[in-house]
Amino acid sequence: MKKGYFGRWGGAFIPEVLHQTFVELRHAYEDARRDPAFWQEYVQLMGNYSCRPTPLTRADNLSRHFGGARIFIKREDLNHTGAHKANNVMGQGLLVKRMGKKRVIAETGAGQHGVATATMAARFGFDCTIYMGEEDVARQRPNVFWMEKLGATVVPVRDGARTLKDAINEAFRDWVTSMDDTHYVFGTVCGPHPFPEMVAWFQSIIGQEARRQILEQHGRLPARVFACVGGGSNAMGIFQGFLDDAGVELVGVEAGGKGLDTGEHAARMVGGDASPGVAQGYKTMFLQDGDGQMRDTHSIAAGLDYVGVSPILADLGDRGRVRFEAATDREVLEALSLTMRSEGIIPALESAHAFVQAFKEAPQMDADQALIINMSGRGDKDIFTIAHAFDDPSWKEFIISRGREYGG
Amino acid sequence: MNLQSELARRLNEKPILLMTHLVLGYPSFAVNREVIRQMADNGVDCIELQIPFSEPMADGPVILKANQDALARGVRVRDCLEFAAEMVAAHPGVNFLFMTYYNIVFRHGEQAFLEHAADIGIRGTIIPDLPPEEGADFHHRSHQMGLAPIMFFTPTSTDARMREVAGRGQGFIYVVARRGVTGAPTEMDAGLAAYLERCRRATHLPLAVGFGISRPEDVAMLTGRADMAVIGTATIRLVDEQGAAAVGPFIAGLLAA
Repeated sequence: MKKGYFGRWGGAFIPEVLHQTFVELRHAYEDARRDPAFWQEYVQLMGNYSCRPTPLTRADNLSRHFGGARIFIKREDLNHTGAHKANNVMGQGLLVKRMGKKRVIAETGAGQHGVATATMAARFGFDCTIYMGEEDVARQRPNVFWMEKLGATVVPVRDGARTLKDAINEAFRDWVTSMDDTHYVFGTVCGPHPFPEMVAWFQSIIGQEARRQILEQHGRLPARVFACVGGGSNAMGIFQGFLDDAGVELVGVEAGGKGLDTGEHAARMVGGDASPGVAQGYKTMFLQDGDGQMRDTHSIAAGLDYVGVSPILADLGDRGRVRFEAATDREVLEALSLTMRSEGIIPALESAHAFVQAFKEAPQMDADQALIINMSGRGDKDIFTIAHAFDDPSWKEFIISRGREYGG
Repeated sequence: MNLQSELARRLNEKPILLMTHLVLGYPSFAVNREVIRQMADNGVDCIELQIPFSEPMADGPVILKANQDALARGVRVRDCLEFAAEMVAAHPGVNFLFMTYYNIVFRHGEQAFLEHAADIGIRGTIIPDLPPEEGADFHHRSHQMGLAPIMFFTPTSTDARMREVAGRGQGFIYVVARRGVTGAPTEMDAGLAAYLERCRRATHLPLAVGFGISRPEDVAMLTGRADMAVIGTATIRLVDEQGAAAVGPFIAGLLAA
């Protein structure tokens, strides 16, 4: 198979001006991958600066509630900056140091990847510019605040749908000018080769830990592993721990939005609205019209609101190794409420998609089976988004009174 | 006559050729029609007809906005193909090329797209996100149908890469004058001249230089160093600000310096 391809998906559809930059990036990545000291340094950094290994929490209350499989939660929310995004970003940061570049740029949707990148840039002493769709800047103001406080420049992108895909295009436009001293810290397992493979490698730390932890706690492998899928990096991270274990069913949960039949969703692998395409430097399933124009997507979770999906996951879907499902906005809020009240754990809206599907399946599973939910991020720091999603009256009152205070 | 020979023939008659560009359906096909007429009447040699795409990652703000506006107005690929057929028939003295992003071709089907383009008399294609590594089938099919797949040289291309890319190309090489996206000015300096000499050594194909070419001085600087000047964003900006009627005098003025 051609390098950078996963079945019929992937590739590197890049403008010629970036050819040499990608040659250098591939070399740096391949060198790092061959060097055991690099991975060692990475694991040490994540243990010392972030919170790795993150716990695998046994959720007894939820297990009892559903009365089927034993539910375990992989706690990526306990990573520094509150999500799995830190894994990829710190890994790429080490690579940037090796390449001798001084500036990083990144796209961000929900803001998690932007905050993680700004954090990494602060730690390593890089200049940092974050591209973020104007609509996302409005929805995720607190993350913008943190990125700026961490020393990054946040550029609101006013083109297209003003969301994640437009931020990616704009980051590429920066990169074709600045590639000599700048690295583009791509946030997920998408984009041109080697990004899908490289980001999956950094995220594989989740699966490595989860495999060891479930064997310690449960004595054998889980029957099923659930992860939400936007671009797909947290899913690829945990799935890689179990890919070779045919008995472990891997379930990716996409954003069903207002329902798969409404057109207002972000499901690429289920529902039949997506088709093969080539955009943003790679070939995968995209939500697009018959001409190949990308469509607007919708999700309650900004981090899942994306037109494409990892070429690696598209291939695992083709081969039947990963089963895809979708969770609607409404189901997500229900699962989030239940998880908070029964376990005292607050998943991000993105992660709550995985909880929805696990909760649907747990009751039909046997009591001696285990399932793992990858909790990709924490929800408490997205209080504005989640309070808004719950339409919480006392929160609104607070905002109105705070608004009056600021308005004078 | 293939595109390369056709350009060579024209270069016997004038010191530098001109290629202009527009985004189909922006601001409307009616305005496109008038703009093309003015370009053709003023002796433009090639015209890039850009089929709009929702994610034009290599384009700067002006062309990006033109793509989005055209799509917001409901422009479809089939409208673009029909309009192109009309223009090719109306202006036999101009070589028309399709410029677009690969997804438009991919969704249409490579074979069907290229057959259609060849049938209506299009001379070549410019696809900035289809590098040689991904375009083997596309380039092979283009050659079979007598269409020139246009390849790119850029300031970051090594000599070896230029030779490799040129080996896949036909018609001419699109020489990207500087880093970055379309629309920003390009310094016409000694660095550019040295880069153009490097390009010249790498290929026998004519060199068309684009990105930031907008003034008669730019075209004069390229004369003798390159074979064709590519005017992209400048005409879109001009039509936005002064209307289609300003295009003819602008084109005529470019060659006057």
